[in-house]
Amino acid sequence: MSSLTMRPCGDFRTSYKQDNTIFETKTIRWVTIFTIIALCFAPVLLDGYFITLLIQISYLGIAALGLNILVGYTGQISLGHGAFFGFGAFASAWLNTSFNIPVFLCIPLAGFLTMAVGMMFGAPAARIKGLYLAIATLASQFIIEDFFARAEWFSGGASGSMAEPVKLFGFVFDTDQSFYYIALFALVFMFIWGCNLMRSRDGRAFIAVRDHYLSAEIMGVKLNKYRLLSFGISSFYAGIGGALYAHYLGYVSAEGFTIMMSIQFLGMIIIGGLGSIKGTLMGVIFMVFLPEVLSSGVGFMKMTDWGNIPMVIDGLAYIKEMAIGLVIIGFLIFEPEGLSHRWTQIKNYWKFYPFAY
Amino acid sequence: MNFELLIQLVVNGLIVGLLYGVIGMCFVLVYKSTQIVNFAQGEFLLIGAWVCWASLIYLELPFFAGFLLSLCFMAAFGVLLQMIVLRPMIGEPIISVIMVTIGLSIFFQALMKWIFGVSPQSYPQVFDTQTINIMGLNIEMAYLMSTIIALVIMIAFYLFFKHSKHGLAMRATAFDQQVSQSLGISVKHVFAMSWGIAATVSATAGIVIGMVNGVSDSLSIMGIKVFPAVILGGLDSIIGAIVGGLIIGVLENVAEFFDSQYLNIGNMYDIAPFYVLLIILWFKPYGLFGTKDIERI
Repeated sequence: MSSLTMRPCGDFRTSYKQDNTIFETKTIRWVTIFTIIALCFAPVLLDGYFITLLIQISYLGIAALGLNILVGYTGQISLGHGAFFGFGAFASAWLNTSFNIPVFLCIPLAGFLTMAVGMMFGAPAARIKGLYLAIATLASQFIIEDFFARAEWFSGGASGSMAEPVKLFGFVFDTDQSFYYIALFALVFMFIWGCNLMRSRDGRAFIAVRDHYLSAEIMGVKLNKYRLLSFGISSFYAGIGGALYAHYLGYVSAEGFTIMMSIQFLGMIIIGGLGSIKGTLMGVIFMVFLPEVLSSGVGFMKMTDWGNIPMVIDGLAYIKEMAIGLVIIGFLIFEPEGLSHRWTQIKNYWKFYPFAY
Repeated sequence: MNFELLIQLVVNGLIVGLLYGVIGMCFVLVYKSTQIVNFAQGEFLLIGAWVCWASLIYLELPFFAGFLLSLCFMAAFGVLLQMIVLRPMIGEPIISVIMVTIGLSIFFQALMKWIFGVSPQSYPQVFDTQTINIMGLNIEMAYLMSTIIALVIMIAFYLFFKHSKHGLAMRATAFDQQVSQSLGISVKHVFAMSWGIAATVSATAGIVIGMVNGVSDSLSIMGIKVFPAVILGGLDSIIGAIVGGLIIGVLENVAEFFDSQYLNIGNMYDIAPFYVLLIILWFKPYGLFGTKDIERI
C-alpha cells in the first residue's frame, strides 16, 4: 500500500487498482502464501511448546491488530484494550454456558458484544482526544475490571468461569494441535480483513482522521462516526482474540485482564510499528518471545558458575516486567517507527548493496 | 444515618484529598511546563518512600535526616530522568510520550518490587502519640502532620511561582516556550527543574502516606487515582488540582459510606472516582479551571 518501499525496476502501476493490492509485489504474495501453507504443517514438525507459543501469538495478534487499527491508523489512544480482551473472553464463555449457543458461533457473537461495549466506552472519543481520551479509557479499564470482579452472573465472580472447547461437526478441538488450526484460521482471516479494511473508504477515512482531523472534517469525513467506528472495530478484534483465549484455556479468571495487559498490547504495536499490519505481527512475536528468551537465559545462567545468583533467579518475574518497560522506552527513543520500519530499511540496504544510495 | 461516622469520613477525605491535591499539583506542574502527562507519578511516591525507608532502616539515620536525604535523592533522580529519557521525546507525538512514562512506571514498579519485596513495611515510630482528639474527632498524628506538610508545600509553591526568578521563568515557559527561549530563559533547565520539583514533592507525599499505611507497591496506585482529581480541576490549573483533589478525596469516602450503609455494591472507594472521571470528561472535558484548547489549522 505504501509507496515508500522500493519496487523492482520496471514494476510500474498504471491504475489505482494495482496500487491498492494487499501485497506490494508478486514475491511478497507468494512468500506469504507459502508461509501460511508451511504454518499448516507446524503441529507435525514442531513440538508442543512452540505450538502453544504460536497459539498465543494468534489470539494476541488478533487483539493487537484491533488496537493498531485504533491507535496506529485512527490516532486514538486506548489504555483499556486488555479489559476489552477480557470482556470478549467472558462474553464467549457466558454465551456458551448460559444460552447453549455452539462455541464456534459464540466467538463472533462475543466479538459483537465486545464491540457494543467498546463503542459505549469509546463514546467520549466523539468529544475528546489525545491525552484526555487516554485517561478516559484508563477509567474504562478500571470500571470493566471491577465489573468482572462483581458480576457473578456474567463472569462467575472470584471463582472465574469455565469455557468449553470448540466443537465443529462433531469434532472437538480440545488439544493444542487441533486448536492451533482454529487459531491460525482466525488469525489469517482477521488479518486479511484488516488489510482489506485499510484499502476501503473507511480505512482511508481512519487515516485521514489520524493525519489531520480538522482537514478531514472539512473534506467531509464524519469525525464522530469514524472515531466511534474505529473504537467498535478495535473492540471487535479484542473480543474475538479474547474469545479464542477463553476457549483455548478452557477457564477464564478475572485476574489476568489488568492494566498491565493493556500496556502490553500497546507495547506490541509500538514495537512492531504503529500503522503497520505486518508490524503488528512482528511486535506480537517479539513480545511473546521476550519473556521466553529471558527465562531460558536465566535458566542458562543458573547452570554456570558465575551466574548462579539467587537474586536474579528469584526475581525472574520482575525482570520480565522490567524488560517490557525497558523495551517500550528503548523502542520509543531509538526506533519510534518500530520493527516494520527497521525491516524496510534492512530490505532496502540489501537491494542497493554494495552501494548505499 | 450515622452522622458521626459520616463527619469522620469527610474529615478523612479532606486530609487524603489534600494529599491528592499535592500529588496533582506535581502532575500539573510537569504537564504545564513540559506538556508531558506523567503516568509514572505514582512511582515517584513509591521510590521516595522506599529510599526513605531504606535510609532509616539500613543507614539508621534519624527521621528528619533520612527524610532530607531521600528528598535530595529524588530531586537528582527527577532531573536525571528528564535528561536521559524524556529529553529525546520532545516533539514526539502524544502517544509516544504517554507510552514512555507508562514504560517508566512499569520498569520502576517492578524494580522496587524486586529490590524491596512485595510485603508492606512500616516506618519506625516517629511520634509518641498515635491519635489526638480535635473537637471530638479522632485524628491520627501522622494525618495531622500530612495536612501540615501539604499546606506548607502549597504555600511554598505559591511563593516560589509568585516571588522567585525561577518560578517566573517556569511560568513564562508554560505560557509560551518560544518566546521565553528568545528572552534568554533556558527551557532545558526549566524542564529539568520541573521534573526535579515534581519528584521531590511527590516523594514527600509518598513518605507521609507510607508513615500512615506502611510502604508497599500499592503506593503507586495513588499516581493513577490522581487522574480523576486533575481532570476534574482541569489539567493545566494548579488551583484546580487542589480543588479536584479535595473533591475526589471527600467523594470516595462518602461513596464508600453510602455504599456500606445502603447500596452494598462494594469496592466503591476505588471505583467511584473513575465513574466521576468519565462523567466529567463527557460533560466538561476541560475541567473546572482548565483552559479550553482552541485549535487553528
